[in-house]
Amino acid sequence: MEADRADHAADHGDRNSYIAGFALSVVLTVAAFWAAMRLAAPRVEVIALVLLLAVAQVLVHLACFLHMSPRRENRWNLVSLAFTALILALIVGGSVWIMANMVATLSPSPSIDMGM
Amino acid sequence: MSIDLPGQYSLTAPKPAAHGRHDHAEADAATVFGFWIYIMTDCILFATLFATFAVLRDNAAGGPTGKDVFELPYVLKETICLLISSVTYGFAMLALYRNAPKQVLAWLAATFLFGLAFVGMEVYEFHRLVMEGFGPDRSAFLSSFFTLVGTHGLHVACGLIWMAVMIYQVARLGLGGSATRRLSCLSLFWHFLDIVWICVFTIVYLIGSV
Repeated sequence: MEADRADHAADHGDRNSYIAGFALSVVLTVAAFWAAMRLAAPRVEVIALVLLLAVAQVLVHLACFLHMSPRRENRWNLVSLAFTALILALIVGGSVWIMANMVATLSPSPSIDMGM
Repeated sequence: MSIDLPGQYSLTAPKPAAHGRHDHAEADAATVFGFWIYIMTDCILFATLFATFAVLRDNAAGGPTGKDVFELPYVLKETICLLISSVTYGFAMLALYRNAPKQVLAWLAATFLFGLAFVGMEVYEFHRLVMEGFGPDRSAFLSSFFTLVGTHGLHVACGLIWMAVMIYQVARLGLGGSATRRLSCLSLFWHFLDIVWICVFTIVYLIGSV
């Protein structure tokens, strides 16, 4: 029974992992909102900080709430997660890159107007 | 057989389960993994909506921008509701492993209420925006905003319906049968929606207000 319980704890986390996850995510959330609302710094730096805090919080959620860990039983969950992250990066990164490029290239500019 | 390594890296071989329950547990694990794959595809759905929002966010068509319409303190309260609901759901799962149906019900009910508060706040925000004339038809920015945030809200609302069904099932039938498998899938779904919300409040609300 004890071993069974320990097994569950390894699979699904325990009370402490949920409480730690909650405390960390509240701190990270409040820090991100504070940075966006109050921090007097250049826009780019605030955005970089807020993004960094978001990445940290996603990792905290994956570890504490979804119990992702590099254990053997988890391997296929992790492989599918990594693959999804790749697709995500391609879709979001690619869209932003291509569309920003297109806006820059196709925006009406004086030289094009003259050409028309 | 097990090899003792520190903490979460321990390589514990799967334990032979009690007779009769073994096949059942294995089938459950396959179902939960299948549900995880569904969640990964749902990630891709959200990725397309995030990409759309990122591309269209500056196209306010002379209407309001994020800075004009977002109220960050309100969004922070929404976020805290969702965070609390995540941890209460975690406690429901722990009660499930302790085989304590009353506690499972209590934690599920708490999760449901915080989830409902989140959806209620979001519906109120949408209502306020539409009343002010800033509906999804105002600009490309607002169209993509309503689509992205609305899709997340719709997912949370579906999660709430699922949770209500599970509360009914556990109250009527206890924790036997399919309850563990279903609650495990809902757990993945609920925590996943919390992660999506982190991306929403960061990319839409915070960066939109800076």
